[in-house]
Amino acid sequence: MAGAEGDDSLYPIAVLIDELRNEDVQLRLNSIKKLSTIALALEVERTRTELLPFLTDTIYDEDEVLLALAEQLGSFTVLVGGPEFVHCLLPPLESLATVEETVVRDKAVESLRKISQEHSPVDLEVHFVPLVKRLASGDWFTSRTSACGLFSVCYPHVSSTVKAEIRQHFRTLCSDDTPMVRRAASSKLGEFAKVLELDYVKSDIIPLFTALASDEQDSVRLLAVESGVSIATLLPQEDLEDLVMPTLRQAAEDKSWRVRYMVADKFSELQKAVGPEITKNDLVPAFQNLLKDCEAEVRTAAANKVKVFCESLPEDSRETIIMTHILPCVKELVSDTNQHVKSALASVIMGLSTILGKDNTVEHLLPLFLVQLKDEYPEVRLNIISNLDCVNEVIGIRQLSQSLLPAIVELAEDAKWRVRLAIIEYMPLLAGQLGVEFFDEKLNSLCMAWLIDHVYAIREAATCNLMKLVEKFGAEWAQNTIVPKVLGMANDSNYLHRMTTLFCINALSEVCGQEITTKHMLPVVLKMSTDQVANVRFNVARCLQKIGPVLDSSALQAEVKPVLEKLATDQDMDVKYFALDAISGMYPFISLTFQHISSQKHFHSPLYYPLQFFFFNKSAKMSTILCFSVNMGSNGCNITKSEKLKGV
Amino acid sequence: EAGVGGFFTKTKSEINLFFNLVCDPADVISTVEFNQTGEFLATGDKGGRVVIFQREPQGEYNVYSTFQSHEPEFDYLKSFEIEEKINKIRWLPPHNPAHFLLSTNDKTVKLWKVSEKDKRAEGYNLRDEEGRLKDLSTITTLQVPVLRPMDLLVEASPRRVFANAHAYHINSISVNSDCETYLSADDLRINLWHLNITDRSFNIVDLKPENMEDLSEVITVAEFHPHHCHLLAFSSSTGTTRLCDMRARALCDQHAKLFEEAVDPSRQSFFSEIVSSVSDVKFSHSGRYLLTRDYLTVKVWDLNMENKPMETYQVHDYLRTKLCSLYESDCIFDKFECAWNGTDSVIMTGAYNNYFRMFDRASLRDVTLEASREVCKRRAVLQPRRVCVGKKRKETDVSVDSLDFRKKILHTAWHPKENIIAIAASNNLYIFQDRLTPNGHHNTPEIQSAM
Repeated sequence: MAGAEGDDSLYPIAVLIDELRNEDVQLRLNSIKKLSTIALALEVERTRTELLPFLTDTIYDEDEVLLALAEQLGSFTVLVGGPEFVHCLLPPLESLATVEETVVRDKAVESLRKISQEHSPVDLEVHFVPLVKRLASGDWFTSRTSACGLFSVCYPHVSSTVKAEIRQHFRTLCSDDTPMVRRAASSKLGEFAKVLELDYVKSDIIPLFTALASDEQDSVRLLAVESGVSIATLLPQEDLEDLVMPTLRQAAEDKSWRVRYMVADKFSELQKAVGPEITKNDLVPAFQNLLKDCEAEVRTAAANKVKVFCESLPEDSRETIIMTHILPCVKELVSDTNQHVKSALASVIMGLSTILGKDNTVEHLLPLFLVQLKDEYPEVRLNIISNLDCVNEVIGIRQLSQSLLPAIVELAEDAKWRVRLAIIEYMPLLAGQLGVEFFDEKLNSLCMAWLIDHVYAIREAATCNLMKLVEKFGAEWAQNTIVPKVLGMANDSNYLHRMTTLFCINALSEVCGQEITTKHMLPVVLKMSTDQVANVRFNVARCLQKIGPVLDSSALQAEVKPVLEKLATDQDMDVKYFALDAISGMYPFISLTFQHISSQKHFHSPLYYPLQFFFFNKSAKMSTILCFSVNMGSNGCNITKSEKLKGV
Repeated sequence: EAGVGGFFTKTKSEINLFFNLVCDPADVISTVEFNQTGEFLATGDKGGRVVIFQREPQGEYNVYSTFQSHEPEFDYLKSFEIEEKINKIRWLPPHNPAHFLLSTNDKTVKLWKVSEKDKRAEGYNLRDEEGRLKDLSTITTLQVPVLRPMDLLVEASPRRVFANAHAYHINSISVNSDCETYLSADDLRINLWHLNITDRSFNIVDLKPENMEDLSEVITVAEFHPHHCHLLAFSSSTGTTRLCDMRARALCDQHAKLFEEAVDPSRQSFFSEIVSSVSDVKFSHSGRYLLTRDYLTVKVWDLNMENKPMETYQVHDYLRTKLCSLYESDCIFDKFECAWNGTDSVIMTGAYNNYFRMFDRASLRDVTLEASREVCKRRAVLQPRRVCVGKKRKETDVSVDSLDFRKKILHTAWHPKENIIAIAASNNLYIFQDRLTPNGHHNTPEIQSAM
């Protein structure tokens, strides 16, 4: 049909098809991503007979192309002619399900699962199930691992004879020679159990679970733990004790710490699955053991679960269990030798106060909080401080304030700038909870000290912090306490501090309002326009642009405009640039970025050289993965701080 | 082909011609490794190249693929050069029709895929097969490319690069039996990697003291147990080998077992510690024994007996009196590797003068063989050599003083199932096989190819 319309309509499609085999991966990828356009143009018949056979054989391609292909095929049903022909998609997905790259295989399996829903029961038995069987008995482990994820989607819709075959295949895979396949089976066991009839769960799945949970490889055993949790949710309460608990108990005491770690990590799910009785009799002692485990990784995982575990204990005996069984272990963890354990505990321990109520908190928990507030590792102290709100609700923060203050001061002066940065971020929260008086008395000086920190990221965070404080305490407070100090820095001999004044004004003008800005801040800014350092002058221009919207038009005309015009004739080209930028962009407001000038020469500009190397050392057990970035430009610090930290 | 080591591209008929070539240092083989089935053999060299040989149905090994695995680099932060020399190669268990191997230089481990391609897409819409643009007006229908058979093409592609985790030089890599992790060991640390994750590794052993002046030992080799995914062995320069159980702790600084032989104080000398440094460790195929090589001996240890080796074989005891001159020439620091045969009944290790040694554990017989161009004629049977101290007793005996210490066999590998061995001597790879008795007697290997 396409031919009749002439070359013009064919051309773009022809390009797309040709680029399916272009040398450039990016072009191939683009083409694959528009596969539906190609298929639409070829129409269903040719898609089935020509395009799909070609795609089936292109598994030599780069992973990213194959990944895109596997994803596309999952929503290709309409393009091959609807559910009636959906089985045509099976061959290319089958070959994708056997490639060595895990992400591609997983995507192919995902698409296969998706299109399995579009098969009629007959097609499932005629086309889909044979594919699953082929994969399950494939020569390479890659195909057998892929098969593991496909049993559960076809099982519910097939006849009982086929069901029996599927169960048999799954059984075989559970005792496969290669650990990779046993791991895949182990992790899909719970999912498969969900679609099985209860009798078969008991007769088939339980023995498989028991076998996998005692596999010789701990990498298999640890995956059985999660399946065990899913299986436990399927069984009636009376069967749990006989069928799964012996195995789970054994897992909680496994010789391998990785298995115990998994138990600790899945503990709340497990608790939910087995119900209150077993929790009381079995899980409480098991949890105590995990909290006392010899491996720090396990203790860390368990410590993370302390709050959730306690919360979900049956109400009638919750307090007794916590007081007699859990709290003694928690007390020990507070002085653990491993910082990650303590840090994990510190992030949840405050949550216990809501569960235990005021008296118990004061008597038992408060001493622990105080110990942790004095911990040698900043992360522990930070975690306590960041969760203060939980305690605040129960006993009020005053109880803690005497210990809190030294802890905050110490963190505020920590040698690591990341620690200082973290505590700054909690300042507005603390200020809110401690109240304005306490703040003025004790913390205000800290907040001001950060403004002259030698790390830009801290100074920047400190300005932002001031803004949040003003939002909390109001403009009047600002005028009395912080504005004079900020403006005082305008006369500092260090130009970096003078610039900080400008950055503070940028942040504060809006929250402080027109009056304070015009009366107090503007004169200072204008005065700084004659600063001898060009960086200060061009920041004046930027500052004026920023505070422009807050000022009234008479001030703009009478005071700001002449200064900007003078700056526009400055001998420094950057000052000129920003002044002109400010004049032209006075309305509307233009956001300030550094990027567009970063290509110019700025040898004298300190804003462009916080050249920093950041080394991340994730935790004791991990090796130092050196991830380093060199940042040119002031806003580079920001990027490193927020994104890299999460990424590593 | 110019970049490929000279001898690899030579066909057998050119052997004589090749012998006249001067050896390029980049061609010196630095590691040899059979894959799990023995169908493939990989070598790495000082020039950063990996050459893979495939066994033909007739039994001979021929070049299957050659690729540049590592390039010389420069670390600008620390101001030193990173050599491209391949320190170790390890094959991954088979995944699919392609083959996968890990190769490492001093700093970076790479995962390579070696795959075959025998089909090619044909049929463009806008161009003809020669690449000329077609006249647009002739295009009236869309054409979907079709795959047509073509000559077999073997491609090697880098799949993963595991970098930036080692401050010191990597001496070993070993794939775990769980097939999803591997370890890399440098002088002071052992890291555990997931094969799919390149930006993160776990440090499981760290011998680095707080103060580097307290440094008393370095890690020389590390290897995973062949069956138990939680066991690993590593040896040190002090002559000890430690077995670690990864189940017990996340950090394996504390060993589960320490294999060490008490030193006889009467034989102690300045060189005792240097010669006791373990240069290679290999688990037996059964997983029951450990084979360790130090400068003068190979030892077999039972995993259940830590205080002394079950068997100790002297590789070249006659050098004991020559340690002083070997120290001066730095030969005493040579790191010889060792290997088990497929049934763990025979062990093999290299020596000087292009000699290598085999020890039959049951009969306690041993043999010295020579891998050199002069003696390795095709289809010829290797004759045992004897080194004598003092006066020659037989014509064929070689005096200790005439041994050539520049010719050393450091890298050897044994086919996992059959009596086929690969011996790397400088830039030559010798493959010998025991043709007469495939599963029996070991000490009459026949030359398959001397390249």
